[in-house]
Parts: sequence; structure tokens; C-alpha cells
Amino acid sequence: MEDPMAAIRETFFQECEEQLAELEAGLIAMENGTAEVETVNAVFRAVHSMKGGAGIFSLDALVRFAHVFETALDKVRSGDLAATPPVLAVFLRAADVLADLVRAAREGGSVDETRTAALVEEFNHINDAGANAPPVPPAPAAAPPPETTDGLFEDAPQPPVWKIVFTPRPELYAKANETALLLRELSRLGEMRVTLDAAHLPDLNVLDPEGAYLTWHIELVSDCDESAIQHVFEFVEDDCTLEITPPVAPGFAPGTVITGDNGFKFEFFPPAEDEPEAEAAPEARAPDPTTEAPVPAVKEIPVPAAPKSPAVEAMAAKAETAAAVSATIRVDLDRVDRMIDLVGELVINEAMLSQRVMEAGINRASGVAMALEELEHLTREIQDSVMAIRAQPVRSVFQRMPRLVREVAAQTGKQVRLITEGEGTEVDKTVIERIADPLTHMIRNAIDHGLESTEKRLEAGKPAEGTVKLTALHRSGRIVLEVSDDGGGINRARVKQKAIENGLIAPDAQLSEEEIDNLIFLPGFSTAAKVSDISGRGVGMDVVKQSVTALGGRISIASRPGRGSTFTLSLPLTLAVLDGMVISAHGHTLIIPLGAIVETLKPRAQDVFPLDREINVLALRGGYVPMVDVAASLGYCDQFVEPEQSVALLVEGEGGVRAVLLVDAIHGQRQVVIKSLEANYRAVPGIAAATVMGDGRVALILDVDAVVRNARSEAGRVEARADLPALEAN
Amino acid sequence: MPNSMQTDANSRELIAFRVGRQEFCINVMMVREIRGWTAATALPRAPRYVRGVINLRGAVLPIVDLAVRLGLPATDPTERNVIIVVQIAHQQIGLLVDAVSDILTASDSNIQTSPDVSSDLVKTFVKGLLPVDGRMISLIGLDNVLPASELEAA
Repeated sequence: MEDPMAAIRETFFQECEEQLAELEAGLIAMENGTAEVETVNAVFRAVHSMKGGAGIFSLDALVRFAHVFETALDKVRSGDLAATPPVLAVFLRAADVLADLVRAAREGGSVDETRTAALVEEFNHINDAGANAPPVPPAPAAAPPPETTDGLFEDAPQPPVWKIVFTPRPELYAKANETALLLRELSRLGEMRVTLDAAHLPDLNVLDPEGAYLTWHIELVSDCDESAIQHVFEFVEDDCTLEITPPVAPGFAPGTVITGDNGFKFEFFPPAEDEPEAEAAPEARAPDPTTEAPVPAVKEIPVPAAPKSPAVEAMAAKAETAAAVSATIRVDLDRVDRMIDLVGELVINEAMLSQRVMEAGINRASGVAMALEELEHLTREIQDSVMAIRAQPVRSVFQRMPRLVREVAAQTGKQVRLITEGEGTEVDKTVIERIADPLTHMIRNAIDHGLESTEKRLEAGKPAEGTVKLTALHRSGRIVLEVSDDGGGINRARVKQKAIENGLIAPDAQLSEEEIDNLIFLPGFSTAAKVSDISGRGVGMDVVKQSVTALGGRISIASRPGRGSTFTLSLPLTLAVLDGMVISAHGHTLIIPLGAIVETLKPRAQDVFPLDREINVLALRGGYVPMVDVAASLGYCDQFVEPEQSVALLVEGEGGVRAVLLVDAIHGQRQVVIKSLEANYRAVPGIAAATVMGDGRVALILDVDAVVRNARSEAGRVEARADLPALEAN
Repeated sequence: MPNSMQTDANSRELIAFRVGRQEFCINVMMVREIRGWTAATALPRAPRYVRGVINLRGAVLPIVDLAVRLGLPATDPTERNVIIVVQIAHQQIGLLVDAVSDILTASDSNIQTSPDVSSDLVKTFVKGLLPVDGRMISLIGLDNVLPASELEAA
């Protein structure tokens, strides 16, 4: 049995990840001026929860830093501190440090102490500045505070009074909730006075019997904190409008304080006047007019009691989104994978059953055949749904990018704005995990190499701030990621010059613009005139291309001089299935990944030339491409098939190496579920993985790169003819 | 048809099967299931005793022709042959044998060491000999039944 504490700790860190993402998203929204009322609260809450959780696990460094951060955020929340751009910049860096601290706590290791210390210093400065700032005049109260409250103001030891405005929506009643029960529950927190506001109750002739027209104003005397109150309304928070105003002054206005023996009774009062300003003056917030600072949290604004005020609606809308987001469960990935395996199995079994039924000569119009068809339909649907479980929005990867951009921008001294689009685009989890690195590299590259320096930009009449745009979208069953910059574009003359210098191309090579652009994907090529420590030493785009190809993806570039470049990355939506071409070679059925196939052709005898004893080349549009007999290459047979009697597939492997694969026949194209050979056996040279075909038999998926590479080393082929078991009769 | 022999603390259950004219047995705890022969997909560059892979409810299962592995003439599998699916460490593999013949209970004291004259191949696999009703059943270990990770000559 594993340590239960370890599991809780793991959950804490998972939640930290989410909170960090929320924190960063919130801060960026504040920076862009798109923050909503709730944003600053969400940001505060994120840091606060992390601090709380970290305290439980005695992660002192994390607690200390989160505390300082939280203090500053609290000042913003209360309006003591304006969220000016410099302040937000500190917050963003603090979010980065917080992420580092979380990571350090999770994986061990250390963080940059000086950076943390420097930020704490900045925070102290900010916090002090906030405290020393001249008191912001309070927002004008909607009505003068009642004298009664005024009189009791000095009596500090008395427990505080919470003001709660509770307006159920019809859904609350529809879900069989009972306001009386909620109020009774609330009364357990302390003495309370309840006022019913029935002002919106229409005349009987227009009354919707299932509508909701009532609002309750509650004054609660309690030492409890806000979460305790929210807890009471936990199950109805999406179905009502709830305003909780924190206590100002203790005590009740003289009036009918009603607490029964079970603490619950209420009387009708006339509808309340507009709520008085509810906080001590220096705590009041005044939005900084110079910035697009977020409006302070709704819960602290004196909101008139009218239930349909815009702020309240905004909050209600927010509550709805929050509910939509939280309607998820955490599931162990193994369970999902097991389910995907089982469904894959179901699909195969269903195909086998269909085949058997057809073999049995059952009429297509018969009940059996029709039921089978329905089954097939259902099975596909289940498969799609199960695959969708693993699908996740690319947001989690995109969210890491702003930080990267900030860091690289700081290192290069460029001004960069990152625009992201299509964060909600969904793709398989394994793909998400593996696109982070290539994307990181491409964005670094775009800033470091793509964007010009500020001076050059100004010279060229462009805005000083460069733009890097990251986009995700679905296109024909694949996910397409684009990284574009508005920099100088590819300097083709220099790229070509460099490629010639490095011996990558012949000095007299005639290359199209596109071909020149694609030279940057060649190993050992770096476009920056001087090597920087950001994009590395020429281990740039070729590494990106390799990792993308390994995922079954493609990468291309489009560049316009002076206008910028766009890198387009196209990836399969999942790594669990693959689009493949079903072929046969010497009686063996094999799958060739469709992504590797450039074209299929029928070779003519006069185009085939022997290069040496083993290798033939095919003349193809003015070039010579080596030919690989798939069956011979895998050691299935010694005899080479006559090229003109086979079907040829032009394939492109890693690094753009091309070869022509010879096979006996092509049987069509299908999506196959990838199965590991290593799980129960071991890696097989020349074979990437296996799959199960409709007839229940295993077919092997060809490793095109290995076969192409193998063709280039003759030695590899000679020893390849190890003894094979006799071919099974099909 | 459990063969009742004396049971003591060291007794264990063994499953016996025929390969050619010989009988072998393995610990029953290693066996996951027994199924009929289905045609296997040949693997390129595999040793001769690896007949290929089959689909076992979605998993790819390698099939070892135990006869070839033990240095006997290759099996010519028919529908009457069986595959014993065994678990070895984290992997499952299928052993192609002629037929399952018996389930035995034996203790360490029943198992005799094999004579020193045996070949290296026998030494690799045969852990002991078990006399049962005038038959000789070889207890085999399966640790080396699959090729090591480097390509091994058949």
C-alpha cells in the first residue's frame, strides 16, 4: 500500500499546476486589460490555496514566498495598490518563481535564491508603497451609513456582521432546493436577521408559478470566514445570485433580532434600502484611472440590492463558467489506456464477426446483418468517444509560452508580444506532452532569429514591439500548429551562402525559394550570424524537425522577406492510431505509415539502373532515388522482385532522405491501432510497431526510416537474412 | 486429473505437456491461459524458434516454438497444437507445444537433478527430472526462453 500522504501530496502538486496556470492566465488578462471582475480574486485565490497547501506539507520556502505575493495581491484586491504595468510585471515574474518553487518542492532540487530574494525585496517595496500611499478616498457610498452602525463602530470586540444577499433563480427551486433549509443552515453560523425582499413579486395574473421572484437580505453575526458562508450555499451557488459582504462593524442595528431555539425564524421586513457602504474608508478601493486595472472584486463592492445589477450578473456568469470548468474528474491515465485498448479490441472483434457472418453466406438484408451494421456503428462511436477522453486542449502547452517569451525577450533585449489562438483545440494527451519541446524551440527561434532588433524594426517602419503568434487548429484530421513572427523573414541569400559554406549543397545548386527555406531544417544549420545561447549552436530546426517526424508529423516554412516567417507543424491527433497503407511483400502483410509516403508509382524497366551488385536506382524526374525491396530488406526472401513487376512507393524518411520502396501490391489505406512489440517481445529492426487487422491477425508496421537507412548500408542487408520461420499459410 | 503425491510445505503444482516425444513441465503459477494454435505473423530477423506474433485480446504475443528452442525438430503446427501463455517477469509469451498432458503436484524431494552428461541446451532449460508412473518429465525454467535483447543467432 502506498503512503496515503504521498498521494495527497501528489494531488496537491497537480492542483498547484492548475492554480499556476490560472494565476498566469489571470495576470496576463490583467495585463491585457481583458480582466474581469472576478479575475483578481481568482489570482489571489490561486496563490492563497497554494500557500495553504504548501503549509500542510511544510514547504516553508513556498509558503514564505506565496505569503509575500499574496500580501501584494491582497492590496490590489482591496484597492490599496494599483495594478500598474510595472506591478504586473513583478507579479508575472513572481508567478514564474512560484512555479519554480513548486517544481523544486515536487522534484527536489533548488531554485535561484537570489532571484527569489530580489523579488521578495521588490514585493516589500510594493507593499510598503501601498501602505504609505495617501489613503484613496472611498467610493461614494450609495447611502449614508445608518446611525446605528455608526454608533457601534468603536465596539471592536463584538463579533462582526456579514451581509448576505441571496436571490434564488428558478433552477434552484427546480432542483428541489429549499431556501428555508439553506437559511436554517446559515443560522448555525451565528445569530442572524433575515429580511425578505418581495418587491419583484409580480401580480398573480402574470406570475410564473415556477419562477423565482424573492430575495433575502441576511445579516449574520458570526466570527466565521467567508468560505464557511459560501459552504452553506455550495450546492446552489450556480443557481442563485449570492453577494457576501464582509463585516465592517460588529453588532446589529436595533431591530427584531430573531433566533429561535433551533436558531431559525424570520419575519417580513419592508424591502431594504440600498446597502450602505460597508467598509472602513482606507480599505475602500478606487480603480486607478491611469491603467486598465481590474475592477475590484464584486463581493467587496457595495452593490445595490437590486438583484439584476450588471455586476451581480457578471458574477453569476462567472460562477457558471467556474461550474463548467469544475465539472471534471481526475482519472488515472492507465485506466483510460486500458479502456482504449479494450475498445480497439472491440473494433477488431466486431470486424471479425462481420467477416464470419459474411462467410456464412447470411443475406445482407437479414436481421443479423442489419444488427451487425448497427453494432459497427455503435462500436465506432464508442471508439471516438473513448479517444475523446484522452483529448485535451493545447492550452496546457500554450500557457507555458508567455513565460518563455518573457525570458527570451529579456535575454535578447527585444520587445515581444505573444498572441495565442485556438488554445481550446483538442489533441491526444501524448501528443500534447511531446509538442511542448518543439514548440518551445520554435518560439525561441522566432524571437531570437525571426524578429529583428528594436532599432532595425523602427528603421523598417515597423512597431518596436515584435509579434509572435501561436495558433492551433484542426485541419483534415490533423492538428496544425503555426508559429509566425513579423520579423525580417528568411534571408535566402545568406541561408544559401551558409549552406554552401557548410558543404550542405553544391555551390552551383539551383534551388527554388522553398527549397532554400527548407535548408534550415538540415542538421548543423544555424541562421543566426552569431551563435547565441538561446537558440543554441545549430542544433535548432533539425532537432525540431526530427521530433516532429518522430510523432508522425510534418513541418514546413513559409517566409516573406521583410514580413516574417510562418512555421507550420502538422501532427496526427493521436499516437494511438495511425493512418497507414496496407501492402503485401512476399506474402506478408505490412503497414506503411501514410505520413512517410510521398507518392506511389509504377516503375518502368528503362528507368531502373543498377548502382552496384545490390542496389538499383530509379530515375525519377531528373534525379536518382535508391530502390529498396521491402521483403528482401526485412529478410523475408533472398530474391529481389523485378522492379517492373512491383508497386513502388516513394517515401521520405528522416532528414528528407528519399527512397523508393518496392512491394508486391497495395491493398488500400486504413487507420490502424498501434500496438507495442516491446511490451512482450523486444524492438525489431525495420519494424516500428504492430497492429491487429480486421481478421484478428497481427500485421507489422514498417519503420520507414530504418529501412531507408538500412538500404544505404549494404552490410546491414546481407546479415539481415537470418533464419526465418517458415511462412505460415494464410 | 491431479496426480496425488505426498504434499508438504515444498510441494507445488506443475503443468506437464508434450513436445515431440518428450514430456516437460513448468510451474503452474506461470501459466496465464492455454489456447489453440492460430497462425502467427512472422517477425523479420527473429531467431528460428520465434514463430512470430499473434493477437491475444489486443496484445501482441510472441510465440516460441519450444521444440526448436529445446533443440528438437520444429513443430508443424495444426489446430490440435496448443499455446501455453506464460508470464515471465513483465512479459507474456506463448509457448507452442503439442499437447498439455497432466497436472502434477511435486515437492522438491521428487525432483532429481539431471545427469551431468546433458548438453548445454539442456543445462540452460532443464532444472530437474521428475519420474511419474514410469514416464520422465523434465522440469524446465523459462528465464532464457526469449532471445536476449541483442540479436541472437538461431
